[in-house]
Amino acid sequence: MIESYQQELPPWLAFFTFSDINVRLILAGCMLLGVSAGVLGCFAFLRKRALLGDALAHAALPGVCMAFLLSGTKNPVVILLGATVSCWIGAISIDLITKYTRVKEESALGMVLSVFFGAGILLLTYIQRTGNAAQAGLDKFLFGQASSMLDRDVWTLAIVGTLMILVVVLAYKEFKIVSFHADYATALGLPTRAIELTLSTLLVLAVAIGLQAVGVVLMAAMLVTPAAAARYWTDRLGKMLAIAGFFGALSGAIGTYISYLGPRMPTGPWMVVAVTSVFFGSLVFAPKRGILARLTLLRRIRRQTAEENVLRTLYVSGEKEHRMDAPCSTAELMQFRSMTAWTLDRTLERLMARGLVRETSQGFFALTAEGVERGARLTRIHRLWELYLTRKLEIAPDHVHDDAEEIEHIITPELEARLLATLDYPEEDPHARRIPPAAGGGVIAT
Amino acid sequence: MSPAEKPAPIEVHDLTVAYRHRPVLWDIDVTLPEGNLIAICGPNGAGKSTLIKAIMGLVPLASGKVEIFGKPAKQGRSLIAYVPQRESVDWDFPTTALDVVLMGRYGHLPLFGRPRKRDREIARQSLEKVGMLEFANRQISQLSGGQQQRVFLARALAQQTRVYLMDEPFAGVDASTEKAIVVLLRELREQGCTVAVVHHDLQSVPEYFDTVMLLNLRMVAFGPVESTFTTENLNKTYGGRLNLLTEVGEKLRKSEWSARQ
Repeated sequence: MIESYQQELPPWLAFFTFSDINVRLILAGCMLLGVSAGVLGCFAFLRKRALLGDALAHAALPGVCMAFLLSGTKNPVVILLGATVSCWIGAISIDLITKYTRVKEESALGMVLSVFFGAGILLLTYIQRTGNAAQAGLDKFLFGQASSMLDRDVWTLAIVGTLMILVVVLAYKEFKIVSFHADYATALGLPTRAIELTLSTLLVLAVAIGLQAVGVVLMAAMLVTPAAAARYWTDRLGKMLAIAGFFGALSGAIGTYISYLGPRMPTGPWMVVAVTSVFFGSLVFAPKRGILARLTLLRRIRRQTAEENVLRTLYVSGEKEHRMDAPCSTAELMQFRSMTAWTLDRTLERLMARGLVRETSQGFFALTAEGVERGARLTRIHRLWELYLTRKLEIAPDHVHDDAEEIEHIITPELEARLLATLDYPEEDPHARRIPPAAGGGVIAT
Repeated sequence: MSPAEKPAPIEVHDLTVAYRHRPVLWDIDVTLPEGNLIAICGPNGAGKSTLIKAIMGLVPLASGKVEIFGKPAKQGRSLIAYVPQRESVDWDFPTTALDVVLMGRYGHLPLFGRPRKRDREIARQSLEKVGMLEFANRQISQLSGGQQQRVFLARALAQQTRVYLMDEPFAGVDASTEKAIVVLLRELREQGCTVAVVHHDLQSVPEYFDTVMLLNLRMVAFGPVESTFTTENLNKTYGGRLNLLTEVGEKLRKSEWSARQ
């Protein structure tokens, strides 16, 4: 009953019943691959070795082909071994080239990447020519095909992936210090070389287990992108590893799903599309570091600046009239402050809502008692800063207004207190205007 | 105190260091006496940082050896707390000030061992000593340059050792950090610790330090500030470029001979 019911389900829904053992296996494999690549990628990312992952992935191809040629099977353990050995030769080549020639590291990376990949393609073409039946599917290592994975492939991946995560959990402290400050680790007497070697080996393994599902061409993206995305969400390494692992798993799941819907769809590119979308999502929506969060902050600062400018203009005009609640027309306000009528209206609305300003008659506005106090503080800071610049920095009085205009919005009460003390509690600014005293505004003349 | 009684914190024997075959330090022979505040001075490119790195085993030695409390450097190194230049790390690393200071404890922990409560306490105390406790949970990129420098100092303090090597801790720090460092140096000396500091500001040498090492590719002078920090020695160190020594070094690089092989 249940089976016939399931067969009626469209594929896009049937996937989520997870009743197909193959779907379960492949999904588990891809998600685990995403986790281990995401976690290990964080260390590559933080050690600024992102490109190394790419070079290593490409360097794995000749190893995969050689392993197949020598053993005649696609046994995952043999293939993994071939890929690992080949990656290692690549990594050592990069080290040797950088050490013994004048070639810089990034050029060495490029050389190894292209030479090894070229050799791999050569071997792949040779294998295809020989018409070995078992070779069918070897070309899947280029872009990855999750559906070509068998039980044993997934089991190998699962075991190696789990072991890798265990090593990271165990050696978290060592990996952390070597990624942050390798020289200091050496100075502490830690076995820095061995730790770095372990990290590189894990990176190689992360690449090697991902080859079948993601492919050599795109594996680097699965290493670096989750890390880059995760960095937007946290400032702690532990959380970053967890988030990158989660993003990797999520992309693995999405890639598997799409590849399940269209069996000819290569998994690798879809996983990369998924992880890249996650990255862009993080870029835009992440708290604090994301674009939206920063735009919101910018908007808040602009609004605050506009509000404070209006408060100060009303205060200064009140000073002139010797009546702090003297009303000011919108035309006057716009004359003093370069803001559009629309911005001014919105700003006045917000100030009125907060009880700092009231509309005395149509188009005329005045400060409330609370507004006077706020205006006094802003004016005080403005004039204190002008005084500070002229007295301590010996800047001409006619040059200090614009600086003070900016500073009045960012001075904290603590800085204000220090400024007052430094200037010995002055009463007048360089333009011989009264500096409104602190506490209660003093001059509220209502 | 004779060496037989108690070995000196750091003894450098006939040390030569070369980068790409070009020697940057020649034949350094020096014994850092215990309980002194030592300024290491010299012009740019004199090899001051290189000397510290050579002692810490961070650059290969072309010849010579380093002994720490009479032991070969490799075994004794963990007895020295190293304060590298602030620029030597990426401060955007996702971690907190407390976490960085905690790294000073890693040498005391077994491999794979996690920091314990006691280590956290020591890290907090170290942060407090440099006046940074309130920033313990701050992400390190949000600290000012001076605060970052103080985090590095706290990390060295967390190692709880008797010897400190500091690479330009005063470089580019604010006045309050400079004051904090000076107070810290005096405290360390009162406790009988040995501290060697790469220092650029010659004016403050007599005020902050009791011993001075003048370095310019080779050791020019080493001794108490009163007798060593003289105009004559300073002229030898800073005046007149060592044309011959530089030229020979350049020749060695071009000929690709290793110094001392």
